[in-house]
Formats: sequence, structure tokens, C-alpha cells
Amino acid sequence: MALQEQALPLPGIAPDRTGDYRTDHLLVAKMVEPGSRVLDVGCGDGELLQLLESRGIDGRGIELSREGVNRCVAKGLAVVQGDADTDLVNYPDDAFDYVILSQTLQATRQPRVVLENLLRIGRRAIVSFPNFGFWKMRLQLLIGGHMPRTENLPATWYDTANIHFCTIKDFVELCDAINVKMERAVALDLYGRPVPLNLPWWVWNMFGEQGVFLLSRGK
Amino acid sequence: MAELKSIVSPAIQMEDRAHEADHPSSLVAKFGADQPLKLDCGVDLAPFQIAYQTYGELNADRSNAILICQALTLDQHVANIHPLTGKPGWWDIMVGPGLPIDTEKYFVICSNVIGGCMGSTGPASTNPATGKPWGLDFPIITIPDMVRAQAMLLDRLGIETLLCVIGGSMGGMQVLQWTAAYPERVFSAMPVACSTRHSAQNIAFHELGRQAIMADPDWCRGRYFEQGMLPHRGLAVARMAGHITYLSDAALHRKFGRRMQDRELPTFSFDADFQVESYLRYQGSSFVERFDANSYLYLTRAMDYFDIAADHGGVLAKAFAGIKTRFCVVSFTSDWLFPTSESRALVHALNASSARVSFAEIETDRGHDAFLLDVPEFFDISRAFLQSAGKARGLKSGG
Repeated sequence: MALQEQALPLPGIAPDRTGDYRTDHLLVAKMVEPGSRVLDVGCGDGELLQLLESRGIDGRGIELSREGVNRCVAKGLAVVQGDADTDLVNYPDDAFDYVILSQTLQATRQPRVVLENLLRIGRRAIVSFPNFGFWKMRLQLLIGGHMPRTENLPATWYDTANIHFCTIKDFVELCDAINVKMERAVALDLYGRPVPLNLPWWVWNMFGEQGVFLLSRGK
Repeated sequence: MAELKSIVSPAIQMEDRAHEADHPSSLVAKFGADQPLKLDCGVDLAPFQIAYQTYGELNADRSNAILICQALTLDQHVANIHPLTGKPGWWDIMVGPGLPIDTEKYFVICSNVIGGCMGSTGPASTNPATGKPWGLDFPIITIPDMVRAQAMLLDRLGIETLLCVIGGSMGGMQVLQWTAAYPERVFSAMPVACSTRHSAQNIAFHELGRQAIMADPDWCRGRYFEQGMLPHRGLAVARMAGHITYLSDAALHRKFGRRMQDRELPTFSFDADFQVESYLRYQGSSFVERFDANSYLYLTRAMDYFDIAADHGGVLAKAFAGIKTRFCVVSFTSDWLFPTSESRALVHALNASSARVSFAEIETDRGHDAFLLDVPEFFDISRAFLQSAGKARGLKSGG
């Protein structure tokens, strides 16, 4: 699994920015209550963590790539080198208020186990992932007859680290199956901006390039 | 084997070293009979003294003090010329004005450990009861004993809380002991290339070194000073064995390969034909110049006994329960003496205690000794960690 490759921004398109920060990061940061403790799993170069810390949030990170970790530590962030699949088990229950997993779920070996761990370690989880039900994906498979490749997910099927793609609909079904409550859901367009629509799931599943979900335990 | 030659005449060394042990070229804190050092072995050591160096200035609210903990074969001479060897300080690329441990911002302290031979009380010091060197009459000391002595030194200096405690190898063990024993006195901690317990393999290497010293007839059962001898061959062999563990296969190969030393063909003898042999012999003999053989026995023993979890019911996380100290754990990829897996186990325990911890593994082929060498990534991390700790503690100018 290569967290760094998958870390936001998705390769190819420069993400939309609002001031110093990325729009999708600001969206995630807004979901986090001030004064809480946050673990960012797959924190890349620590941009989201810096945003959170600037808002008085106690942020910690896990990052797979050594380069990413060292860049974070050099920024004074509390980041450890580790792997979402194997290292989450080492964290105690209820250690954090929020655990964030950005653009990484699809690259884990056991997404279901990872998701369960997120909500064991944190009271809430914020999960984002590329939506395989996005219309461009569907069109490539339907018309082109090949595995989809987009600006944001340019790797070929034999090179990609993304071994567990899913659609927004699939993810909602997984949450139901493991009794995870969905508190908020936002679909983002290609540039990481919220899809400004209040429409049924199937529309999001068609037009959201990625989904961002605020989750909590039980129903 | 071909003789290991000492590069300094033993008579001169012995005089200088004996003098340095009791009257060091450093600042000295003396503790009298009313202030014994309570050792883990049950002995109250009194009187005793601690030799230390400082760099930079303590600020008005005494919040910018950094303690550097020495590794096994080092001493308190971090960033000044060594009084015996005349060589630069062992960390002068890390500690100084504008360097990662910036002496324009921080007040830096490094003391010689208890059991050492550069002015803190140890087996080379004079036993006040006999007027002779302690030798093997010196009580066995532990890493917690070293830290207890450092805490007494800080009390003497009027420093309640350290901005940071930093150390590599045995120094890292002291850092961890500081956080376990005095968490409220340590604002941040940087244990580098170390472990929460000494592994069986490392104990084995230490035993090899100790046996080499004790097998030298000039060791005289530890009474070599009185006999006018020095076990320089035994200590040099111990140093050679130790030094190999501080390097790596790749580093040795890159530095020496199979190259010959000042010759083109093998001599068909046991001379140092290979450069690597010549290098090791030099390392061995130059070590004898500045280090005491009995000290080597005591300090290696202290490391062997180190096991923080064992002192906390076998559960490492309990040692750090509820700790507020900010940690930055660093390991090096090619370090096989204190491999990354040991640092990772420490990080897991700190995570389980919800401690604020950073952990970086730095890629280098230079082995355990990388923490003493010019590794820019390590410098960047150290500088940034100290700056963020200083900021969190409210030091001015981000320092």
C-alpha cells in the first residue's frame, strides 16, 4: 500500500484552494469540533494536520512513506511511520475524538477491518475515497471496455495501489453492514469542491468524484 | 596476533587520566556525605561528584535548558576541545551557535555519567576510604542511577524542568529513563537509536568486550593503576568488537572494501594487510588513550541491566501512562545494534499511553553511529522538533 501516492491531492489535478488551504481539507476541518484530539491516518506531508493544529486541535498522524513522515516531523508535527493495515491495532480504544482516513481506504488490504479500527480508536471517523461510481468511470468501462483511468487516478490496473475500489453506494452498504452511523456525507467534484446539490444518493454516486463521510458508532 | 600498539606512552596516559578522573577539566558539582546518591544495588554512594559542561545561557525563567545524555564511550565534552585527545567535541556538528541544538537559544548541559572516567565519580576515581582508585570496589551502577545523579545536578543548578532531554544509544536509554522517572521535569524528549531494553545480542557483545579486558594480564583484577599497568590490549579488543557493531556491512564495504593497507600483495603474515584491520587497530589503540577499562566494564553492565518494562510490571506502556512529555523517536535503517523494530515497539507503547510522539526512521547505510555523523535529515528533524517544543513552551523567537 502506498499512502503517499494516494494522499490528497489526487495526482493530476491541482486541488481547489481557499486561501492557504485546500477546499477539501477545510471541509474535513469543519467537521472536527474545536479542542478535540485527532489522528490522521495517511497524513502525507501533514498539510491537513497543520490546518487542524492552527485551529487548536491536538493532531497526530500516521504515514507510510518515510519521506512524508520526515517532512511532517520537520514541520514539528507529531507523526509516526506506520501502515493503516497493520498499525492501527496498536492504538487503544477511544484514544481519539476523530480518526481521519483520506483517500486511503481503497488502498488497504482489509477496508472493513480498517474501518472498524477507525471507530474503535476514535469516537468518530472521517473517511474520504474516490468514487468508482463516478460517471467518467462508468463510461470508460461501458464504452471503452477497459479499467477506468482518470486525471486523478491515472495508474493502470497493474500498477495501481488501489486494490479495493468501491462506489459511494458500496460504502454506504458497508457502513450499514457493520452498524456504522453516517452523520454527514458530502460528495466532492473533480477539484475537491463540494457538489452543491441536495439530491438523492444515486446522483451523488454518479456525479461525486469522491465522497467524504463523517461516521460514528452504532445507530 | 600482531601486537596492538598504543599510540601514546602508557605512563603519560595514566597520569593524565588519573588526574582527569578526580580533577576534571570541567565544571564539577560535589555532593557530600549528607547528599548520597542512592544506587539501585542498595549502596548509598557518598561523597560523589559530577563533572559537566554547559554551553549557551540559561534564560530568566529557566525554561530553555536542554540536557544531552552521553553514549557509552563518550563524555561531557560535546562541543569543546577534548582535554585528553585535543580533538573537537563529539557532537560539535549538532551543538553550537546556529546549529540544530542552537546554543544562542538554548542552555545546553552535558554531564559525565556516574561510573564514567572523565570526572564524575567512577571506578577510576579515588575511593576516599582507601585513598586508592575504586577499581572493582566501586558499586554496580544502572541507567536509573545515572539519571538520578543528573537530576541531583539539575537541582543544584536550580533547573526544575528541562525543555528537552536528548541522547543516542546509551544516551537514549537515559532519555527514556528520565521520562519514566521524572515525566513532570521533561517537557520534551528525543531518544535516538536506542531501545527500552538491551537485547540478548547486545548483552552478548558487551560480554565479549568485558571478557577481552579481563583476559588481559595487565588488567590485574582491576587494580592496574596501582600496579602501574594499563590493560590496553584488552580494552582495545573490546573497542574493536564494539566499533564493528556501531557500523554496518555496507558502510565498511564502502569505506574499505578489501583494499590493502600500504601494500599491493598480502604479506602472508598476521600484519594488518587490509585497510579495515588497520582502521580497527587504530580505533582500538586511540580509545585506550581516553577511556578507562574498568569504566567500560561498569557502563556496559548498566546498559545490560536496562529494561524499563521490567520496572513497570512487564508492561512498557505503564512506564509512560498519562505522560505529557512530547517525544521524537529517531532510528536509522542500517542500525543493527538498536534496530528500528525496537524504536517501533517504544512508539507503540507511547501511542498506547496517548503520548504526543513523532517517529522518524532515517535512511542511511552508516549504521548505529549515524547519530553522531553528518546526516542532514536528522539535523532538520532535531531542529524542527526543538523549535516546536520551544514554541509550545512559550520560548521567545521560536527558540
